[in-house]
Amino acid sequence: MSGQNQRLNVVPTVTMLGIMKARLVGATRGHALLKKKSDALTVQFRQILKKIVSTKESMGDIMKASSFALTEAKYVAGENIKHIVLENVQSASLKVRSRQENVAGVKLPRFEYFTEGETKNDLTGLARGGQQIQLCRAAYVKAIEVLVELASLQTSFLTLDEAIKTTNRRVNALENVVKPRLENTINYIKGELDELEREDFFRLKKIQGYKKREIEKQLLSARQFAEEQFAEKVSLQKGISINSDHNLLTGAMEKDEDIIF
Amino acid sequence: MAGRAQIATKSSALIAMIADEDTVTGFLLAGVGNVDIRRKTNYLIIDSKTTVKAIEDAFKEFTTREDIAVVLISQYVANMIRFVVDSYNKPVPAILEIPSKDHPYDPAHDSVLSRVKYLFSAESVASGRR
Repeated sequence: MSGQNQRLNVVPTVTMLGIMKARLVGATRGHALLKKKSDALTVQFRQILKKIVSTKESMGDIMKASSFALTEAKYVAGENIKHIVLENVQSASLKVRSRQENVAGVKLPRFEYFTEGETKNDLTGLARGGQQIQLCRAAYVKAIEVLVELASLQTSFLTLDEAIKTTNRRVNALENVVKPRLENTINYIKGELDELEREDFFRLKKIQGYKKREIEKQLLSARQFAEEQFAEKVSLQKGISINSDHNLLTGAMEKDEDIIF
Repeated sequence: MAGRAQIATKSSALIAMIADEDTVTGFLLAGVGNVDIRRKTNYLIIDSKTTVKAIEDAFKEFTTREDIAVVLISQYVANMIRFVVDSYNKPVPAILEIPSKDHPYDPAHDSVLSRVKYLFSAESVASGRR
């Protein structure tokens, strides 16, 4: 994915740096917690799987036993019980109740079966094979018990599977997208702040150098001026100025015609 | 959390059955059968004349009904509508495959166990190498 490690577009200020750092801490903590949750869920998942496999095996055996009981009942009571049973169906006396259980933060459904109303007892008064029918019914009720537990295990299994996939997706997202992005943003902000500081420093140094040069120049010109002043004073004291006799000579040659040479 | 399916806490829900005559009779004897006012039953008896479409319709109806929490289906019937059973991924109602008299239980074809075959080692039940 291109741009996988991009940074967020932010203004590089000190406040932003603080905000990004806080976010990174939050992301790191969240990542660790989610990883723990995923591990706990996986442990539960494997336990349930083991139970499911063993329950399915025992269910196979129980169903076989109930089939035998039914065959016996049919043999004893004749083939007609099928129709009698079918006719006599009204409202179910065996039903299931569903509750929610909280396992490692995930809501799992659990079924439990319960008997409501009376089991139809008109069949057991049959002249032929009432006891066999009772036995058959008992076998099938036991089979239902096991089946309901299996159903509840299966639904928890599917729900856990879903939950594990979601949690793992979140863990991966945090680890591979969110955290690198935040880290890049923090590095960018730090880089920009450093550069601003360097710019400032550089500007300061330049101004200092400029000021120093100015002062030196002024000092130099002041010194020269002072020297000239001193020299003038000295020559005046000695008589003629150093400059004035030169003028006298040149001036005299031009004005006086009587002097031949 | 938003987006996760809500599993209702119901106080009473039925067990539906799609199986052959003997199995259904046995379960009806135990008392799982229910016929409501509109003559709708929670079981479907399969014989050699039942079409795949009828089985598929019954399965879809049972899984969309609100008051059914478990659907028991014979494994050989499930093999007939395998594609529908495998694409079903809601947690409620739970789909259980049961063996019938002539077809003993075969874990290799169970829709739930086959999904997690990769978690098993080579000598376990679901890989069918027993």
